[in-house]
Amino acid sequence: MARTRIVADPGDGVAGGSGRYRLSDLAALEAQSIHIFREVAAEFERPTLLFSGGKDSIVMLHLARKAFWPAPVPFSVLHVDTGRNFEEVLEFRDRHTEAAGVRLVVAKVQDDIDAGRTVEDSAPGATRNRLQTPTLLRAITEGGHDAVFGGARRDEEKARAKERIFSFRDEFGQWDPKNQRPELWNIYNARHHKGEHIRVFPLSNWTELDVWHYINEESIDVPPIYLAHRRQVFQRDGMLMAETEHLSPADDEAVFEAMVRFRTVGDADCTGCVESMADTLDLVIAEVAATRMTERGATRADDRISEAGMEDRKREGYF
Amino acid sequence: MPELLRLATAGSVDDGKSTLIGRLLYDAKGIFEDQLEAIRRTSEQRGQVETDLALLTDGLRAEREQGITIDVAYRYFATPKRKFIIADTPGHAQYTRNMVTGASNAHVSLILIDARKGVIEQTRRHAFLSSMLGVPHMVLCVNKMDLIDWDQARYEHIKSDFMEFAARLNVHDITFIPISALRGDNVVQRSENMWWYDGSPLLNHLESVYIGSDENFIDPRFPVQYVIRSQTPDNPDFRGYAGTVASGVLRPGDDLLVLPSGTTSRIASIVTPDGELAEAFPPMAVVITLEDDIAVSRGDILCRPNNRPTLTHDLEATVCWMDDRSSLAEGKNYLLKHSTRTVRAMAESIQYRLDINGLHRDEAVSALAINEIGRVSFRCTEPLLVDDYTTNRTTGSFIIIDPATNATVGAGVIRVIATTHASPNVVRHGGRVTREDRFASLGTYGATVLFTGLSGAGKSTLAAGVEEAFVRSGRSAFLLDGDNLRHGLNGDLGFSDQDRTENVRRAGEVARMFAEAGSVALIALICPFEEDRQLIRSLHEEAGLPYVEIFVNTSLEECERRDPKGLYARARAGQLPGFTGIDSDYEMPAHPELVLGPDSGSLSEQVATVLERLEGFFR
Repeated sequence: MARTRIVADPGDGVAGGSGRYRLSDLAALEAQSIHIFREVAAEFERPTLLFSGGKDSIVMLHLARKAFWPAPVPFSVLHVDTGRNFEEVLEFRDRHTEAAGVRLVVAKVQDDIDAGRTVEDSAPGATRNRLQTPTLLRAITEGGHDAVFGGARRDEEKARAKERIFSFRDEFGQWDPKNQRPELWNIYNARHHKGEHIRVFPLSNWTELDVWHYINEESIDVPPIYLAHRRQVFQRDGMLMAETEHLSPADDEAVFEAMVRFRTVGDADCTGCVESMADTLDLVIAEVAATRMTERGATRADDRISEAGMEDRKREGYF
Repeated sequence: MPELLRLATAGSVDDGKSTLIGRLLYDAKGIFEDQLEAIRRTSEQRGQVETDLALLTDGLRAEREQGITIDVAYRYFATPKRKFIIADTPGHAQYTRNMVTGASNAHVSLILIDARKGVIEQTRRHAFLSSMLGVPHMVLCVNKMDLIDWDQARYEHIKSDFMEFAARLNVHDITFIPISALRGDNVVQRSENMWWYDGSPLLNHLESVYIGSDENFIDPRFPVQYVIRSQTPDNPDFRGYAGTVASGVLRPGDDLLVLPSGTTSRIASIVTPDGELAEAFPPMAVVITLEDDIAVSRGDILCRPNNRPTLTHDLEATVCWMDDRSSLAEGKNYLLKHSTRTVRAMAESIQYRLDINGLHRDEAVSALAINEIGRVSFRCTEPLLVDDYTTNRTTGSFIIIDPATNATVGAGVIRVIATTHASPNVVRHGGRVTREDRFASLGTYGATVLFTGLSGAGKSTLAAGVEEAFVRSGRSAFLLDGDNLRHGLNGDLGFSDQDRTENVRRAGEVARMFAEAGSVALIALICPFEEDRQLIRSLHEEAGLPYVEIFVNTSLEECERRDPKGLYARARAGQLPGFTGIDSDYEMPAHPELVLGPDSGSLSEQVATVLERLEGFFR
């Protein structure tokens, strides 16, 4: 915990001086997340952490390292690879996990397609978003994982706003929003039967802005596509899409060069970017603080399916 | 440096809670354009003219269909001063469990009252639950003021109505704000319609309410969560104990006691990846290393040798049952997760169920159903290290897990009777004179007399008569009157069962000291519960001091006829819920030394009877 974030309260006049013991909002969030990591390590046999190379998973891994320091992180990390990731993010994933000294397991959506366990939607413009779920569930079963850390935050979306920090999943990996376990104080119920597992969300109470502030304060490395850079882009459905090996413009979609950055890193074929001059973390923070669109609303085509889109996917076992 | 404030909201289905939160987010710029656009579209589809801000918080599809909020939803917004986490909980009766879930961590409880309806059952229930969970600050927003023409008199009436109920609760900071969530009056902007209101608008109040002293920084408790071992070249033989500081302040060099083993050591260092810390305090998550190589594991608690939690197999707790598929029943076995330890426990007995509207106790129950609250005794297979919930939210709370389904079926707040608080290591300081020396020198003896009975029974009158008789005969005597104590020593206590017990305990402790000093302490208190009277008695018996319990047995009819303070009339009118004799029981004393009543003669005859009874001790 950065000591600069624990400051004496000069205005304190309370007997006993208890007012001098105050944590900043980020320090309080960090403490809660670390508590959650330790609780999981103590109560589960085979946890794993979902790591995509996105900023939330990077912050999660950073918090996990702090929770067990000076010992190494006592679990592996898992990436569900759709095969449509940004190249820069995959490079970052490999480099970052190696530097962190954690074991990386990659579960490929392509393997499930090849083995006939899932069928790719052949419609033009179809994404592999829904195909992630079976691959994720397969990886959880194969790894024998009883707890899976996810980087979801409650500020992202309405359905997530109602999910517990320890979120119970039945043997089919499904979430039942009407039958969630009450969660009080900082006592988490980790009990489950064999075959069931718990999804754990240590960043539940963080907002997008908290994540960026924390990355900045802790000097955490992030993939370069989060910062403004020059790129070949085109307009589609009111969003700015990057031209990559996974996504080509239609004939009537004009490609042009722009200064852009990504607010989230999902699949290259459904994650849009925003025009931005923010090429440093400070500028990104200033931009996020001033922005009037949620990150999912702005740049994720997969969340626009319907108003209840996320709730339906979560019921099926999506994060 | 912004601070984090956790806010729990509660309200009925249609008193405008969702609208208020929507308004707060909207005016404080906590919502985004795309979210606003989505609800604008939905409002239009439903044919509403204005954008329904309530749609912002109604997350799940089932809720949108039913038009109600069904679970705890979390919302976030920030101002330059604070970051806010709102736990938004539904208000209808069957969802008490969600309210409890949302409020368990809150600094502030925000309760909405519909100005047209005033204080209703729901309001009382939420206030009670907040108080039970020890939420330190309560804000009551009297909403829909626009619909009653901004009527100040009506607002003041609601306010005093609520305060009468709240006097019986354990909440010390209550703020009222008249608002219109729909129009935005006194939410973020000061209302021009309610010029007569001189307090802050809601947001302003939330930004400035002082939460710095809400944590317990006095009693060090460090529940060990995880043992960290490392054998890296940098740290060849590292062993540290990871956990979250529950209370108190820890510093390197502090003497520590490890419980339950009872071994002692000293803090060598408090380590974090960012360097060693000079001190750690709640709610920091840290790693502690000890100077000695002793066995410490998850579930242990580190504390100070002279300030420790109670080690016990037997738990007394106020329990909220949260499961709709089973009920808590006497004789059933459960798992209790308390701090970092999980133990098996049997529900031995249910003392009573609390009717949270009137706060009275229903003792004829043997089970608690969903959303019911009661006092339960558990017997654990392994001892737990507990503190009273009012002093420590972490070591004073637990969840109940059904061992068959693994579901979280209930939650409990632990009540530790204060006399068991003192650690065996707190040694009483012996003075240089004995009690005999003192009494001989003063030519007197100390004793305590408790006058118990209904309000208006004549306790204070009789006690005052006894006091006068003693003093006139040259003896030291002092009247500890219940009402007077509430103005000073017990000024922080309300009328909840817990507070009443504490009221009695303090009166008993003070009386014991007076008796020890050579005075006759006369306590005049309603003291309706046998358990509490027994507490005062045992305090004196342990100290070897004379003690007399006098039951001033005046019938309820007679007391009500006298009604010297007009309290019975108000209680009958429903203005004083939990009033002894009306909707709260007076348990008859089982073994009083004396019973006096209207048939026991004149006041001076009764005083003589009391003196005679006491003479026995002094001869």
